[in-house]
Amino acid sequence: MAPADDPPRRLHADMGVPDRVFRGVLRGGGALVLAIMLLVGGFLTYRAWQALSVAKWGFVTTETWEPDGGEFGISAVLVGTILIALVAIVFAVPLALGTALYISEYAPPRIKQTLISIVDLMAAVPSVVYGLWGLFFFQGHVVTLSRWISTYFGWIPLFKVDGADPGDPLATATVYTSGSFIAGMVVSLMVAPIICSVMREVFSQAPVGEREGAYALGANRWGMIRSVVLPFGKGGMIGGTMLGLGRALGETIAVYLIISPVFVIQPHILQNGTSSVSSLIALRYGEASEIGMSALMAAGLALFLMTLVVNFVASSIVARSRSGAASDS
Amino acid sequence: MTVTTAQSPPGDQGPQTSLGKPSAPGTTLPARRKTRTESRRNLATLRATDVYAMLGAGAAALCTTWLMFDRMLPFNGALGFVVIAYLLFIGLYALLVSFDEDGPAVRDRVAAAIVQSLGIVMLAVLAFVVVYTLWEGRDALPHLNFYTESMADAGPVEPLSVGGILHAIVGTLWQISIALLICIPAGLVCAVFLNEVPGAFSRFVRTMVEAMTALPSIVAGLFIYATFILALGFDRSGLAAALAICVMMLPIIIRAADVVIRLVPGTLREASYALGTSRWRTVWHVVLPTSRSGLTTAIILGTARGVGETSPVLLTAGYTAELNANPLHDPMVSLPLAAFELVKSPEPTYIARGFGTAAVLLMLVLVLFVIARVLGGRGPGQLTRRQEHRRVKASRRDAKRFAAKAPADQPSDRPAPTRSTS
Repeated sequence: MAPADDPPRRLHADMGVPDRVFRGVLRGGGALVLAIMLLVGGFLTYRAWQALSVAKWGFVTTETWEPDGGEFGISAVLVGTILIALVAIVFAVPLALGTALYISEYAPPRIKQTLISIVDLMAAVPSVVYGLWGLFFFQGHVVTLSRWISTYFGWIPLFKVDGADPGDPLATATVYTSGSFIAGMVVSLMVAPIICSVMREVFSQAPVGEREGAYALGANRWGMIRSVVLPFGKGGMIGGTMLGLGRALGETIAVYLIISPVFVIQPHILQNGTSSVSSLIALRYGEASEIGMSALMAAGLALFLMTLVVNFVASSIVARSRSGAASDS
Repeated sequence: MTVTTAQSPPGDQGPQTSLGKPSAPGTTLPARRKTRTESRRNLATLRATDVYAMLGAGAAALCTTWLMFDRMLPFNGALGFVVIAYLLFIGLYALLVSFDEDGPAVRDRVAAAIVQSLGIVMLAVLAFVVVYTLWEGRDALPHLNFYTESMADAGPVEPLSVGGILHAIVGTLWQISIALLICIPAGLVCAVFLNEVPGAFSRFVRTMVEAMTALPSIVAGLFIYATFILALGFDRSGLAAALAICVMMLPIIIRAADVVIRLVPGTLREASYALGTSRWRTVWHVVLPTSRSGLTTAIILGTARGVGETSPVLLTAGYTAELNANPLHDPMVSLPLAAFELVKSPEPTYIARGFGTAAVLLMLVLVLFVIARVLGGRGPGQLTRRQEHRRVKASRRDAKRFAAKAPADQPSDRPAPTRSTS
């Protein structure tokens, strides 16, 4: 029995002025981030407008980059960007998949945490470090591989190298350096830790009950991985790959250090010379005139939109795979 | 009544305990069989045959590859040797295992070998990248002037004993400090917003933050260049670089902090609200302190990423060889940008300095990362021993205070309330 002087409390959601202020501050913080994001897109579009109105649709189809002559377009750099990113993904995904499976399924439990930390650390290593490694060490060593591929698989258009003569033992190796292939391999090392940590995350979420069920039905470890872990982590694998692709598309410094820029569509990945949108911007921003700057902004806008689409798809796939994680445990 | 002696059941061949005397009348137990001592089961997953198969396949693959490379075919190159030896190893290993095991087991072994080698290859290559940079930096790092001078006096042919990266260190410190000054409040407010004010708007903001983590760094630099320098008319400066770094760091900090705040147990929040606290007090006194270690980790991880950004600084601050301690005017270089610009020079001393700069940067990132791991090893609410000790002491103080106060109001023999230290 309640005492007489304890009337029922009035229940209301309003907590007073300080709370309303607090909530306002929080909303403001959220709005700030939103504003930055919209400003990035908005300002790039605004600045790019001048160049886009000059180039019109030619911006997507032109290969050369001479904004002052009114002749510029991103088809060559876009092809280069995509080729580098694809090479990166081709190398990074098996490595990342193997490492993620190794860490989550095979590694001794004692060193598991250490391995996870190492992979996370590698994702934080600055891109300039990978660029230095690629420029000074890797480029010289990968030439033999490039030469071998172009010698035996040169009949595939992708691996053709103009001006290379495999029969000449004294031929210079410079036709093989500084191409999409080498840049892509260096970028693959940068994106592999990111892909790996996403994959490991979803693999570790594969339900214990189903893992044990597979073992109880007589599966060995690979059987269990194939029937439980991989199907369960499929969304994360695709999402992580796309996330890595987004990173590879936007990578600047390592690519800039390695490639030698050309402004024609260069589908031969082993051959010297390629270009990417981000390295184009880093290369040309210094001497750019007003229209040139605008053209670079337009190129940046194209890159921005491309990575945005890739990453939106990736994050929605990852999010969907996570939501499935709660269904069974 | 007849006296029965214990008899072993028929068919028992095991050794029997000797019954010295006939047992007393009554119920008898059959003699406990003492079978041979059970041997301990071998639980190890690694078996001798596997090891033999692996060693044999390895030896065979190495020898065959050597034969191919050195005697039979016109192949050369270390890389090709490794690749062919590896492929041969996998094939031979499968062959050897298939002598003893059935199909699924063979596939299991081969998959294990491939997965483990892929993992080891990647970890080894990544470790090699780091070690290579540190090793190549060995020429520049021991010179003390490398840390105390700028490159202003160092001409192209000066030896390593002249000139250093002080300007880059100062620049990096300025830029990251300004970026943190902006990012920590903004990031934490946004992360709290995502968790404490649920609704359509915060869901939208979360999506936007995720999209922002995908922002290529050069686009961030281009954005600050377009707004801060072209539109607002400021100089190229350390401040502009800091803003660009901030655009890169903010989403990383927000996402990491968001995850940590989400892990704060709901019971803690509910307990706080049940005591009649307002929202902001709950956040200030419960949510943030509980997740403090995780928030620190989020900030440090963001810092580690921000420190290594090159292209935003390239676009917004520009390169200079001179020391510039003023972040508001004139170009201001950072460590990654200095490394990038130094190695573009053909001079060997410049390249050595570039690697030294990269090594310093790498060590900085490494230290930040280790700090983050040391601080962030535990989830929200899990205390270190020192924190726990502090909390116990605070609880004792409270108990004493209450005990001193209790007789003044009313004599009570209730024990003074103590705080749980869980």
